[in-house]
Amino acid sequence: MLKEALIDKLDYEELSNCMRCGFCQPACPTFRETGYEAASPRGRIALMKAVADGVMQPDQDFVDQMNLCLGCRACEPVCPAGVPYGQLIEQTREAIEEVQEHPTWVKAVRKLAFTHLFPRQDRLYRLGSMLRFYQRSGMQKAVRKLGVLRILPKQLGEMEAIMPDASGKGITQYLGATVIPAVGERKLRVGMFHGCIMDVLFNETNLNTVRLLTEAGCEVVIAQGQVCCGALHAHSGEREEARNLARKNVEAFSKAEVEVIVSNAGGCGALLKEYDHLLENDPQWHEKAKWFSSRVKDISELLVEMVEPDTWAALPESKRITYQSSCHLRNGMKVTKEPVNLLQSIPNATYVPLREGDRCCGSAGIYNLVQPEMAGNLLDEKMGHVAATQADILVTSNPGCLLQMKAGIKRAGLEGQMEAVHIVDLLAGVRRKNGTSSDLRA
Amino acid sequence: MLPEHIRSELRAIVGEKHCLDRQEALVAYSYDATPMQQSLPDVVVMPQSTEEVQQIMRVAAKHQIPIVTRGAGSNLCAGTIPVGGGIVLVLNRMNQIVEIDEQNLTITVQPGVRTADIHQAVEAHGLFYPPDPGSMVISTIGGNIALNSGGLRGLKYGTTKDYVLGLEAVLPNGEIIRTGGKLMKDVAGYDLTKLLVGSEGTLAIITQAILKLIPKPQTQRVMLAMYADMSQAARSVSDIIANRIIPGTLEFLDQGTIRVVEDFKQIGLPTDVAAILLIGQDGEAETVDRDIDKISAICKKNDAVQIKVATTPEEADEVMTARRSALAALSRMRPTTILEDATVPRAQIAPMVAAIQEITERYGLHICTFGHAGDGNLHPTCMTDARNHEEIERVEDAFAEIFQAAIDLGGTITGEHGVGIVKAPYLEWKVGAAGIEVMKGIKQAFDPHNLLNPGKMFAKETRNRVVVNRA
Ligand SMILES: Cc1cc2nc3c(=O)[nH]c(=O)nc-3n(C[C@H](O)[C@H](O)[C@H](O)COP(=O)(O)OP(=O)(O)OC[C@H]3O[C@@H](n4cnc5c(N)ncnc54)[C@H](O)[C@@H]3O)c2cc1C
Ligand code: SF4
Ligand code: SF4
Repeated sequence: MLKEALIDKLDYEELSNCMRCGFCQPACPTFRETGYEAASPRGRIALMKAVADGVMQPDQDFVDQMNLCLGCRACEPVCPAGVPYGQLIEQTREAIEEVQEHPTWVKAVRKLAFTHLFPRQDRLYRLGSMLRFYQRSGMQKAVRKLGVLRILPKQLGEMEAIMPDASGKGITQYLGATVIPAVGERKLRVGMFHGCIMDVLFNETNLNTVRLLTEAGCEVVIAQGQVCCGALHAHSGEREEARNLARKNVEAFSKAEVEVIVSNAGGCGALLKEYDHLLENDPQWHEKAKWFSSRVKDISELLVEMVEPDTWAALPESKRITYQSSCHLRNGMKVTKEPVNLLQSIPNATYVPLREGDRCCGSAGIYNLVQPEMAGNLLDEKMGHVAATQADILVTSNPGCLLQMKAGIKRAGLEGQMEAVHIVDLLAGVRRKNGTSSDLRA
Repeated sequence: MLPEHIRSELRAIVGEKHCLDRQEALVAYSYDATPMQQSLPDVVVMPQSTEEVQQIMRVAAKHQIPIVTRGAGSNLCAGTIPVGGGIVLVLNRMNQIVEIDEQNLTITVQPGVRTADIHQAVEAHGLFYPPDPGSMVISTIGGNIALNSGGLRGLKYGTTKDYVLGLEAVLPNGEIIRTGGKLMKDVAGYDLTKLLVGSEGTLAIITQAILKLIPKPQTQRVMLAMYADMSQAARSVSDIIANRIIPGTLEFLDQGTIRVVEDFKQIGLPTDVAAILLIGQDGEAETVDRDIDKISAICKKNDAVQIKVATTPEEADEVMTARRSALAALSRMRPTTILEDATVPRAQIAPMVAAIQEITERYGLHICTFGHAGDGNLHPTCMTDARNHEEIERVEDAFAEIFQAAIDLGGTITGEHGVGIVKAPYLEWKVGAAGIEVMKGIKQAFDPHNLLNPGKMFAKETRNRVVVNRA
């Protein structure tokens, strides 16, 4: 029964810590969109507590309300009582998953995705190869011409249209090495978290991450045995599977003996940084997880620390640049200033702040596929603000957000006027003045 | 549960989407910011216009259904808890700023506009709406008016009541009244505007308000003064005012609060001092500089152990951190945080703080005090755990004594949070039996069938302790 599962999983202490002051409400996209108390963080916590207190039976409305939450965690930094909402919603989703009766096909898809695909990097690469074949062989063109996309659900069609070029090889296969020396003096030994999809769809970004790091004086170790971070699992209620993945990553990076673990995807980084919480109740792994979490940094934090701001080379021509902050980078990893500092230090770039750039774009993992209406509304609102900046480049720091921004640019008819770019790719494009560049593809 | 035909009447007024009666919605409107209070409504209705409010009121009157009006539900007196069920009328869809009149210096707003949005809108025109309750990022102007909310600037600029010029409201019989207007003077009959301000949703439903604006002060500066002795801090407050300086802000933290804030933020506050004053002044740059200098001298004369005057915006921010983090720091200590409200004449702050300390110790509780020293409005805040029923009983006894102490010192049981349910048992202590009778007469005149926010303001019996509704 869902009720028992919730009582078992939910942290009652944290539920009671909510003072019901409502300070979280103005930050919450789903509350702003609907105006319903139940669709706000305070409301969702009250519903969870009502179940735990036996005031209400968790019914389908309860489940729907929990699913409507983006998990963007914008409610956390503004909460005076420090209620860790992100953990509460994950606990709730774990309980829901435990009792949820999915139709057979959904079960099959979930099992395929969560157990057989994301945790298995080899399979992802193979899938990447297939995708690459699809994209390169002319099939993609044919499909697009035939209008097959129109029969797909709108959001899936939109996603297909902005899919980046896939790669069948991961960063390690590409470089043929797992330790890449620093350019010049070695200042730090850094473990690179390459991500799962990231390493297939955004291989170039991973390569660029290595370039930027080595040029900044890092010896980069691509820890072997690392797997998917587990964020998609945790957010979808598969916390047990997320824990399995976490243990593998902790193991891989502690073997690699690195000083810092760097991530270039806000969504992954936030969970990596919270492995200590995820493995809290696992006495065997908790200490190691703490070691791991305390070392996690976003690439932008590391670059701000290690690179003199006036050493970035200029953009070939002057551009207006704006920044959409990724929710998990901001609210989970608490990284807000660093990406902006980096953008501001690029000569020839004019940084224009994005109104409500701290608000979720609606991508939120697979949210845009399962809650297309809410996601679409949020995206449209977002693109209105984006258009107002009149920027040439829209920068993000998370692959999911990047795809969503690309889709948004198409949807808002801004193609040709503006492009969406990962911050790492932008910086790698300008590189540094002093010419100490590393050619990795030798 | 309301019969289906009544629900369908309500649905016909506001539409399917804005008439909620599923379990999850009822639970979501069963509470406000008051700890330990909860009660389910029968239906939640979200109108978008005065006419819709009027029609809903008529349905309620026809079927004798209680109505509880709700803004953001941020009040701390259980004012929006639907104790007897009925309709919760949520006004957050009525959130339009109707007009900013730069000729008359007024703003006309619907009740669901958030207070912070009013600030932002008028400041863009170089104008100023001073009332700034600590909850202003979420609270609505309707709620502010209904509770006559105050804020950090109460001493110099007054509270909500000083800025409400006119109101439009729906009466329990469904009639619409309009009081006041864009006028600074109006003595035509009883002042119904002032009567509705602070009426806690028991007399009429406010559907529009005209507010007074003033020019935006040119500059603003802040400082901190720390004291080894509470009475020196209190004397500084009196001396500042006796010297004909009215600061824009004059806030106070007691030792308990300072310790918790320092523990939480590590901003270098000395944890052995007994009190900190946060003092701010706004206005013309020259006057502000002169006042800040004079205030520093007064604090020094009263043996402040340390004085920190902010000279840059960054320093100002740092200085403000102490006051701003007070609630956050306190609320993280224990699961339940009871933020209370008692006011004394400002000369009585030191004895009041001493009384709170004595009561706290006698009951073996953890109560810290901070608040608005300038206007004598203190917030004794208790950190406890609602699951510990025995402790909660003690908390209630202790607060009853604290309110009694406030009254004995010439003060009141609430300076800004309102009476609602939680202070109702003590109201007679403040206004006396005759006062209660007059108030009940007014209620009777507006709302003969007791439809608006029943159970609030007047307790069935006085001196009856608050009964915690353990859901
Ligand atoms: C952390 C925190 C800090 C706070 N700080 C302050 C402070 O500094 N100063 C202060 O004064 N208060 C403070 N409060 C209390 C509260 O936020 C204010 O009283 C605020 O004005 C309530 O506004 P609201 O929109 O949330 O109203 P609600 O809580 O929704 O309603 C309050 C009362 O007003 C009635 N009401 C609401 N709208 C209408 C209407 N349109 N017509 C008729 N009746 C109506 C309701 O029935 C209820 O009785 C604080 C609360 C919290 C949680
Ligand atoms: S801000 Fe925090 S304490 Fe306040 S209602 Fe939201 S979750 Fe609860
Ligand atoms: S995580 Fe985002 S969508 Fe969910 S309650 Fe918090 S702010 Fe709202």
